Amino acid sequence: MKITIGGVVKGGTSLAYKTGSWRDQRPLIDLDLCKACGICEEVCPDNSVYAEDEIYYIDYEYCKGCGLCAHECPVDAIEMVLEEK
Amino acid sequence: MNGERGANKEALFVSGHRACHGCGLALAVRHILKATGPDVIVVTPTGCLETFSSPYGYSPWRVPWIHHLFENAPAVASGIAAALSAQKRNNVRVVVIGGDGSTFDIGFGALSGMLERGDDVLYICTDNGAYMNTGGQRSGATPTYSSTTTHPVGRKSMGKPQLKKDLPAIVADHGTPYVATASVAYLKDLRKKVEKAMTYHGPRYIQIDTPCPSGWGFSSELALEIGRLGVNCGLVPLFEMENGSLTRVRKIRKKLQVTEYLKAQSRFKHLLQEDGSEYLKELQEIADQNIAKYALITSS
Repeated sequence: MKITIGGVVKGGTSLAYKTGSWRDQRPLIDLDLCKACGICEEVCPDNSVYAEDEIYYIDYEYCKGCGLCAHECPVDAIEMVLEEK
Repeated sequence: MNGERGANKEALFVSGHRACHGCGLALAVRHILKATGPDVIVVTPTGCLETFSSPYGYSPWRVPWIHHLFENAPAVASGIAAALSAQKRNNVRVVVIGGDGSTFDIGFGALSGMLERGDDVLYICTDNGAYMNTGGQRSGATPTYSSTTTHPVGRKSMGKPQLKKDLPAIVADHGTPYVATASVAYLKDLRKKVEKAMTYHGPRYIQIDTPCPSGWGFSSELALEIGRLGVNCGLVPLFEMENGSLTRVRKIRKKLQVTEYLKAQSRFKHLLQEDGSEYLKELQEIADQNIAKYALITSS
């Protein structure tokens, strides 16, 4: 990798590093149970939960499978299942 | 750029950083930057945050960010604040986000200098109670009777025998206009405190309790649960001090015994064995003193 003057690195370049490969548990959102409260998005340390038109999705490219979203979900709409490849 | 969708479209701290599963610190940083907005320069001393957010060529920061040495974050931040002031760029603010090792121990002299000079810097200490980045050595922020790699439990040791340094009080004694403690378990409260701190000028200090799954010894999905237990047993009091006096506390609705908090973490598991009861009593006393000192429970 080229070293820049002062070692300056462009912002947001970590997106090229897909932390999803670290995952051994995969969160699955049951949209029938989901109340779209957004707590899962709030508590994700990896910015891997997002909403489009009030429907919540997991970004599996980066989700490390920590399980915080499933544990904090007030209606138990997220289940952690073993990751299989 | 790849991956620039969903939650990363607007974020100032994006995915792809290398924090452990369920890291309380990474979550805190996301919410700190939500509260400060984009017009900040972030200074980070050596520590977990520096390590997991700065592999060369892979930066999750979308605000200007600088790393330097373990001991001089406040001095570097003071310099940046002075430069911004000389350029009359009053819309850009300086924020330090450093761990407890650099804040309580290694950078404490520089922090004291920054506070005494009254530099316009928001100093945020993300406190996980040890040098987690290097394997969990004891720091001035390590809670009493926690087992660390430099104070391990053994036949003649029950972990760190000393008290946690009361840094918020020391900072407030410098005449600092805004001092607060927060926890990642209460994210709205955390953001509100950061927003409030941004309305002040001069030095400001916020200490955030950031549970650490690998260092404290609990399963990654429990990070916020452990944070809540800490707050609700009285060992992690949440309060605000403005101009030296206590102005607001987060009340405990249902008081828990300290054992509820301690038994959930392997760094305290030795206290729950037969010979641990007198040490447990001491920790309960510390929690009860906090509850009395900060009036954490409303007497009805």
